[in-house]
Amino acid sequence: MPKNNLFAPGAYDPTHRHHDHAHHHHSHCGLCRIELENISVTSGGETLLQDVYMHIHCGQLTALVGPNGAGKTTLIRALLSQIPYSGAIHHIDDRERPLRTVRTGYVPQQLPFDKQMPVTVTDFIAASLTNRPVWTGIGRKTRQQVQEALALAQAEKLANRQLGQLSGGELQRVLLAMALTPTPDLLILDEPVSGVDQNGLMLFLDTVEQLKHSRHMAILLVSHDWSLVSRYADQMVLLNKSILCAGTPETVFACETFREAFPASAKEGK
Amino acid sequence: MDVIYKIMDTLLPFEIFRFTFMKNALLAILLLTPLLALLGTMAVNKRMAFFSDALGHSALFGLGLGVLLGISNVTVILVSFGILWAMLITRINRAGGASADTTISVFSSTGIALGLLILSGNGRFSKYSAILVGDVLAVTQGDILWLALSLVIGVILWAVLYNKLLLTAVNPQLAQSRGIRTNPVEYAFVILVAVAVMLSIRWVGVLLINALLILPAAAARNIARNARQHAVYSVLFSVFSGVCGLCISVPLSSSVGAAVVLCAACIYAVTLLLSRILRIRLQA
Repeated sequence: MPKNNLFAPGAYDPTHRHHDHAHHHHSHCGLCRIELENISVTSGGETLLQDVYMHIHCGQLTALVGPNGAGKTTLIRALLSQIPYSGAIHHIDDRERPLRTVRTGYVPQQLPFDKQMPVTVTDFIAASLTNRPVWTGIGRKTRQQVQEALALAQAEKLANRQLGQLSGGELQRVLLAMALTPTPDLLILDEPVSGVDQNGLMLFLDTVEQLKHSRHMAILLVSHDWSLVSRYADQMVLLNKSILCAGTPETVFACETFREAFPASAKEGK
Repeated sequence: MDVIYKIMDTLLPFEIFRFTFMKNALLAILLLTPLLALLGTMAVNKRMAFFSDALGHSALFGLGLGVLLGISNVTVILVSFGILWAMLITRINRAGGASADTTISVFSSTGIALGLLILSGNGRFSKYSAILVGDVLAVTQGDILWLALSLVIGVILWAVLYNKLLLTAVNPQLAQSRGIRTNPVEYAFVILVAVAVMLSIRWVGVLLINALLILPAAAARNIARNARQHAVYSVLFSVFSGVCGLCISVPLSSSVGAAVVLCAACIYAVTLLLSRILRIRLQA
């Protein structure tokens, strides 16, 4: 599996990750990897994360696994700078220089919301793309952008459907389309499994895998589905407050700590 | 104002609009219904009907405080109290504990009780009971200018907030990941609702203000398919109910607020029926 060296020296062209794409509206150098160094998070005297040290590489899908309450969501919130943490998160570009900012696309866990809301998929995505309030209507340019976003997640047909009427898998695609627009450097998929059938999930992750190659994104996937993880993940990290085991999925599945954390699934597996 | 009255005379050559107080009432209704209708769309989507109900009821307490503190400007005391009260309810709801409807109910009844206790001291409640049903026929020219100003400011703020609120309503974590500071956005919304409610409450009344916020938006939701239709229908229903209610109630010398709300309720019933028919046809 090629890792950091995918970027040729000619890669200073700020748009090099987007050859195949018509839009070059953001101009930063390519992210190469994200380094988490001694990340600790405490809340109300309780340690949620302790000295987490991990790398997330571009062009790779890193699976984050761990028992309930292991701090997976906390880690994601730290990555999104939504909570205070100690330690450092470095974004390193392909010339080993630090990057000030990276774009993060986030596909959240599906939360309950009002399914009767008269809001279409186009309304919802447009709300994230423009400042023009969507109740005044949606301009042609924005509509076009929404279509392009949906196309990335193979969800063009959902544009005029109401958000609350989508199936779990369809909503997943819409959320992916949003996370991909504008093109992120890091894509975080927070347990996209819940409420989606196995077929829909494979289709979803196939799309993600294609993007991983074509856009050379770093992808972090939180999942408990071992068959999916072993099929799609390049790297795997077992977290329980701190990192217990990391490496390729095979390495982690073989870890003593993994078998202790998930005794039942380890037996089923290998 | 004279120009506006002249225009109204030309556009509305009806007997009942001959009087200035009727013109003022009509103007007030045309100004306060659209903002309430717009805010109502999100209040309904975010399931905040109880919240705004509690807010309306608390106006009694606000009025009582004004009397205790000796503040004579009713609008100032109502608006500032409404903002504080709305933020307090939101803050306590956020802290968790009891479920939202329980917390809000506690606030609602506490607000009414405190208000009644203060206002009915010395058996003077009849002096203040007008706030319960409101009186849009007492609107003055000065009030209308204030209502016009608040409509303009309210709609501008609403335009700025809407997209952020929509994302937050569907998924707060997602909204945060897109750089939206969900807490300030949600507080700004409840404050905006509080101000709109408190500015309207003298004309519509404590008992009916929530209906005016929720009913048009709920009716619009029955038949709207997207965010734009929701907003447009809600405003149309609200303005239509307002004007109809005024025209019906004045000849009967009855409560304008009640007539307005009943009109909105009729529209709700019709749209509910329509949505059922549409759904059955879609399934067939």
